[in-house]
This record gives sequence, structure tokens and C-alpha cells, in this order.
Amino acid sequence: MDINHYLILSALLFTIGTVGVILKRNVISVLLCIEIMLNAANLSFMAFSRYLGQVHGQVMVFFVMVVAAAEAAVGLAIAIVLYRNRGTLSVDDADTMKW
Amino acid sequence: METLFFYILGTVALAAAIGVLAFRRVFYSAVALIICLTAVAGLYLLLNAPFMAAVQIIVYAGAIMVLFLFVIMLLDPFSGAIHPDKLRGLRVIGPLLGILGLIAIFPALRAYDLGMAPRSPQALTGDTSSVELLAETLFNHYLLPFEVTSVLILVAIIGVVVLAKREKQDGHGH
Amino acid sequence: MTDFLWLIPLLPLAGSAINGLIGRRLPKPVISLVACGSAGLSFLLAALTFFGLNSLPAAERHIVETYFTWIASGDFIAEAQFLLDPLSAVMLLVVTGVGFVIHIYSIGYMHAEDGYYRFFAYLNLFLFSMLILVLAGNFLLMFVGWEGVGLCSYLLIGYYFERRSAGDAGKKAFIVNRIGDVGFVLGVLLIFLTFGNIEFTRVFHDIAADTQRFPVEAGAGILTAIALLLFIGATGKSAQIPLYVWLPDAMEGPTPVSALIHAATMVTAGVYMVVRCSPIFSRAPIAMEVVAVVGVITALFAATIGLAQTDIKRLLAYSTVSQLGYMFVAAGVGAFSAGIFHLMTHAFFKALLFLGAGSVIHAMSGEQDLLRMGGLRRHTPITYRTMFIAALAISGIPPFAGFFSKDEILWSAWSRGHSIIWILGLLTAGLTAFYMFRLIFLTFHGHERFPEETRHHLHESPPSMTLPLVILAILSVVGGLVGLPPWLHLGANQFEHYLEPSLELALLPQHGAVSHSVEFTFAVISVVVALIGIALARWIYLKRPGLSDTIAARMGRLYRLVFRKYLVDEAYDFLFVNPTVKASTGVLWRTVDIAVIDGAVNGTGHSIRTAAGILRHMQSGLIRSYAAWILAGLLIMLLYLTFMRA
Repeated sequence: MDINHYLILSALLFTIGTVGVILKRNVISVLLCIEIMLNAANLSFMAFSRYLGQVHGQVMVFFVMVVAAAEAAVGLAIAIVLYRNRGTLSVDDADTMKW
Repeated sequence: METLFFYILGTVALAAAIGVLAFRRVFYSAVALIICLTAVAGLYLLLNAPFMAAVQIIVYAGAIMVLFLFVIMLLDPFSGAIHPDKLRGLRVIGPLLGILGLIAIFPALRAYDLGMAPRSPQALTGDTSSVELLAETLFNHYLLPFEVTSVLILVAIIGVVVLAKREKQDGHGH
Repeated sequence: MTDFLWLIPLLPLAGSAINGLIGRRLPKPVISLVACGSAGLSFLLAALTFFGLNSLPAAERHIVETYFTWIASGDFIAEAQFLLDPLSAVMLLVVTGVGFVIHIYSIGYMHAEDGYYRFFAYLNLFLFSMLILVLAGNFLLMFVGWEGVGLCSYLLIGYYFERRSAGDAGKKAFIVNRIGDVGFVLGVLLIFLTFGNIEFTRVFHDIAADTQRFPVEAGAGILTAIALLLFIGATGKSAQIPLYVWLPDAMEGPTPVSALIHAATMVTAGVYMVVRCSPIFSRAPIAMEVVAVVGVITALFAATIGLAQTDIKRLLAYSTVSQLGYMFVAAGVGAFSAGIFHLMTHAFFKALLFLGAGSVIHAMSGEQDLLRMGGLRRHTPITYRTMFIAALAISGIPPFAGFFSKDEILWSAWSRGHSIIWILGLLTAGLTAFYMFRLIFLTFHGHERFPEETRHHLHESPPSMTLPLVILAILSVVGGLVGLPPWLHLGANQFEHYLEPSLELALLPQHGAVSHSVEFTFAVISVVVALIGIALARWIYLKRPGLSDTIAARMGRLYRLVFRKYLVDEAYDFLFVNPTVKASTGVLWRTVDIAVIDGAVNGTGHSIRTAAGILRHMQSGLIRSYAAWILAGLLIMLLYLTFMRA
């Protein structure tokens, strides 16, 4: 059982999250996929913390979680405002910032 | 044993993650994510960090996901595939990019030689599970970031409140 | 005495600057004061300089004042330097003196013009340029003055710029001059190549010192080439064949301009330049031959045109061309001082004639056609009398100025073996007398041929205009006395003697020990021919007024040809002007400018716009697309870093 297993798992999760960000059309779904990505990174940090015998990785995870919470909150607020103004949660419909 | 649990939890996490992608309805995606987060918490346990596992459940699965669910419930929870896809090409390109990404970082994953990394005497047998150790590190070495994150949260709260406030109607609408 | 030499040109420049920059807001009296004051002060300084120069012994009358090094580039050095010697001193006096008189005249003549300040600014600028030309100590500085007078000529010809014909005349003058300037510049370049420098003093010294390298050339040599090139420039500036065509058109400018620039000073620059370069020319017999021949042919040619002209100013213009021809004849046969002498006397009476014509035009409320004048002597007595004196002077009647100078030229031609030139010159003198008095008789004598309305406004000009006429008339009378010929037994020719140090005469065949009585005889012949011309004019235009029309009708074709100036302008148009315009329009404008240059510029803009139009679709507003692009870029970098860098 070495670290590579965890790293590969983390990479796979991250990839799934990234693809999700590109493919999903509901704003909130996109936010969910972002959470997946963050968790994949956390997993990596935790693995390193364990296999290097240091606790700094866990501290990092700690902070990532805090930031993720704040980011999720704000993101959801924006989603609410978007829904309120446009009546739809489709990412594709919020396309006025164009030429 | 450890390997077995790793594979089980890993599979669950991956399956749940794919589920987040696959489900059409956002509510189901959110639930799938909760499962994924729990599986990851289990992996933390495997990694000898019970405290972080607990935090993961409480904060992530418990608080953040609940928030998500609240908002989902507020806004159209069971809508299906909304509006025609304006970028159908991405259905191919997206996964393609993902695979390419994996290929790009794969060499780094396989050949990682822990021998090169600095390590402390407690490697592989070290007690990184200690909460005291965590607290000590957090409040000694990382005190400033800690305080800053509290400011961050404050800012986030204010921002959210301002953003989500309802506009006043003309007169004293209700 | 040369301490203030630099002030002589600079005072008019200052006057020009003041009038040019703030003249619009100045009242007319102030403008006049600034302009005429600077011209007058300049004349005063010129006079002082002249006397100062004369206080030196003759051998030392050669001063070079260097003010600063203007250009120092590799081997080529051009100083800002003035050369003061008898030749330039005489020119100084003529330019500033006549210039000052004409400035005074202009006060009255131009008083009703809106662009009063502009006129005087240009006129002062012209004085500055001409003085630079005259005082220059090297070829390049002379060229600066050369170009400067060309510019001022253009500005002043086109003074009435609202008239299309004035603008065209200005352009014509400038362009034709430019053609001549090509020759001049090539000549200067050749001088630099040959001598390594362009200073008058040094070049002429080198020529004289090195008889091996610079002998009197039998055939075509380097000095001949230089001389001919310089002469091309002179034909442009001094209106000889083939570049004279701009001078008649230049009459579009105000009459004082015609008097100053196109009679007394600028057009003489070519003569001055040839005389200044006498060391070069006197060693290039072929070039001298060319100069003399061109001069006499031009003189005769222009005189014949003058016979049929009816516009008073144009007639005088052709007369100027003719008289300039005489000056070149003088230079061409080696009588350089005679040429300068005639330059000086010509300045007096030609300026007088032009100013008088201006007075007539002024009195006639703008009429310039001789055929519509007549009998003016009763109405404009001062103008009449002064112009009569000028006509006598130009016809070569003694004791007026023109006689001495013209006679000296004719005698020099004969005594140095150019008999054909003498004959042609004599014929021209007769024609000159004829057309001059034709002008006088048609304008001032006979019946009044103008409408009643003009008669009401008919008046003699104000003193500001008549005073200059009188001054010039006096000069036309006494001006010749400085150059008395030896046969009068009143001492040697003082003018010629004075100028000797400036000129290179030793190499030319001197008029040998020919007896004075022969010279006297020739002088009498000249006077007789002139009197015949006058008598003929009197008979045709006074006694038998209808005779001129009969002759014109009889000689139908020939008359029309002469009247239309031998169609030279039309020929030039056909040969040079029209093809050039066509090429400019068709090739340079349509093809190069519009298609190529504009096409490239507009094409660049158009293609960028098109490319942008295609590219901007990337900014679709769809963030999924943006996310995919970001990821793609990131992946490219990652792939490169992982696999390409080992």
C-alpha cells in the first residue's frame, strides 16, 4: 500500500470533477463538481501527510475546507440571484458577456 | 486489509463522483456527492486521520451539502435537462480533455519516489493522527492564516447576505 | 567697417519676422515703418560699408567674414561666410537702394490691400534672401539666397492668391526656376568634386594657382562643364532661353513686385553669379560662347515679342528678358564689368518703368491694356515725364544711363571679334527703342481711348508713389556717369576700374589698341539706330494711327505668331507639362497612391477587421466554452512539460 494508489485515485476524482465542470449545464451542478475537485485535492494532501509523517498536509486540508465552505456559500448566492433575474439555472443562458 | 478497504472506498467514491455527473436531476447529483464525501471521509480514516474524517463529515457532508440541498430545494429541484445544449461539441471534447489530463500527469503519479522527499522519523509509523499535534501546528505555525480565514468567512457571510437580499418593491410591497 | 556686415541682411529679416508674425494686428503706418525702416537702415549700412571698403587700397578690397561653421560633415565643410569686395559692394548698393525706393512706393500702391502686412513681410524676406545671395562667400550660401529669392518670388507672384491665374503663375515661376536649379546644384557638386571645397576665395585661388590643371580650355574640360551647368541655373533665374517663360506670367503679382524682383534684383542674380565666377568662365571659351549666343538670341527674340504686346506689364517683362540677354552677352564676350554696369543702369530705368506702369494702372483704375489708354500725359504729368526719361535711357540715348552701359556692351562684342553678335545686338537696340516708344506714345500721347467712367477717377499718384519715380529718374539720368567710356577723354572708365579686383580678366583677349575714334563711331551708330527706332514708332503710332492695324492685317500669320509669343508656352505644355500631368494622374496617383498605397493600408485594416470578425466568435459568453479553453491551454503546457522536457 503505497502512496501511489491514493495519488491515482485523487487524480481520477479530479478528472471527473473537471469534466463535470465542462459538461454540466446547471449552475448548481457545476458547483457540485467543483466540490469534487476540491475533495480530490484534499485526498492528495492527506495522503502526503500520512506518508511523509507530517501534519502540515492536514492543516492544509483544514484551510481548504474553510475556503470551500465560503466559496460554496457565495456561489450559491450567485446562483440564487441568477435564478431570480433570469428564471433559469442554465449556464448557457447567461451569455451576455460576449461580442 | 487496508488494501481491501481502500479499493472498496475508492470504488464507492469514484462511482459516486460519476454519479454526480451522470444524474440529470440536480437533487440526485447532490445526494451522490454526499455519498462521495462520505467515502472520502472513510479514506481519511484509512490514512490514520480520524479527526479530519470527522471534520469532513461534519463540515463538508454536514454543513456545505446541506446548504446545497437547501438552495436546490429553493430553486427548481427536480427539473430535468434544461434548455438545448448550445455547445454539443463539448460532449466529446470534455472527456477527451480529461483523458489527456490524466495522461499528462500520469508519469508523475506512478514514479513517485518517496525516498526523495523529506520525512520525519515517524514516517509510516508516525502518529499523525494526533489531534494535539494538529492543534499545535495549526495554532503555532499557522496562526495568521487561521485568523485570516475567519475574516474570509466574515466577508463571505456579508457577501452572501447582500447578494441574496430581495429587492424592495415599490411602496411597501409584500 | 565689416563689423555690421551681418546686419545688412538681418535687418530686413527682422522686419519680415515682425510683420509676418504680428503684422495682422498692427496698424498700417507701423507696418510701413517697420518694413521701410529696415530696408532703409539696410541701405544706410550698405552705403557705409561701400565707403568703408573704398577707404582701403584697391588690392585689399577683398574681405571674408566668417561667422560660424554651418556644415561640417566629413570632408565637406560649409561656413556661414560673407565676401565683401567691389562686386558685392556694388550689388549691395543696387539691391538695398532700389529695394528701399520700391518699399516707399509700395506704401502708396498697396495701401488699400487687406494683406498689407503680408506683402511687406514677403518683400522684406525677399530683401534678406537677395542680400544673402549677394554677400555669400561660398556656393552653398549663395544657393540658400538663390532658393530664398525663388521662394519669395513664388509667394509674391501668388500674392493675389484668390485668383487662379496668380497661383498658376507662381507655380510656373517656381517650377521653371527649379529646373534651372538642377543645373546649378550639379555645377556646385562638380566644383566640390574638383576642388574639395566650395568657397569662392579658395576655389578661384586654386584655379589661378594651378595653371597645369586648370588651363584655358581649348575644348570641353571640367571648367567648361562647371560653367555650363552653372549657366543653366542662370537661364532659369534670369529668364533666358529656354527657361524664360515664367517671367511674363509673373506679372500677375503686384507691380512693385514686378519692379523689384522681376526687373531690378532677382532676375539679375544669374548675371551676378556668372560674373562672380569669372575665373571659371574665362577659362572656358566654349561656355562663354554659349552664354553670349544665348544672351543675344534671347535679347532679339524677346524684343520681337515686345513689338506686338498690348499689356503694359507684359511688354515690360519681355523687355526685361531682352535686356538681361544684353547682360549675358557682356559676360559671354568677357566684358564682365560692362554686364554689371548694365545691370545697375537697367535696375534704375526698368524699376522706374515698372513703377511708372503701376502708377498708370493705378490712375486708370486697373486697366493694363495699351490699346485702351492714350493721352495720359495731361492727367499724370509726373508719371509721364519720368517714364519718358526711362524710355530714353533704355533706348540708349545719351547722356542717359542706358546709353553708356549698352554701348559698352556692343563695343565689347565688336572689339573682341563677335561681329554677328554686334549686329544682332544693334538690331535689338533698334527694336527696343521702337517698342519702348510705342508704349510711351500709345499710353501718354494721342487720343484718349478709355471710357468716361475711367476718366472720372483719373488722377496723378500720391507723393509716396511719385517720389520714388523721381528718384529713379534722376538715377537714370546720372547713373551712367560712373562708367564713362575712354573716348570722351574724361578719364578711364571708373566703374570698370573699380570692379577689376573682383574679376578675372587677364586671360581674355583685351580690346587692343584700337583707336578711340573707331569706338566713337560705333557709339554714333548705336544712337542713330535708336533714333530711327523712335522715329519709326512716332510715325506709326502718332502720325498715322491706323497704320499699325494695316501692317498687322497684312502680315496676318506672322503677326499672330508674334502676338502669341511664338506659341512657346503652348509647345512646352504639349511637350512637357501635359505628359507630366498625365503621368502623375494616371500612374502616380491612380496606380501608386490609390491602388497600391491606399490599397495596402485599407487592405490591412480590412483584413484585420475580417480576421477579428472571425475570431470574436470565440467570445461567445458561454463559460463552458471558456472553461474548456482554459483546460486545453493548461493541458498543452502540462503535456509539454511532462514529455518534451527531459
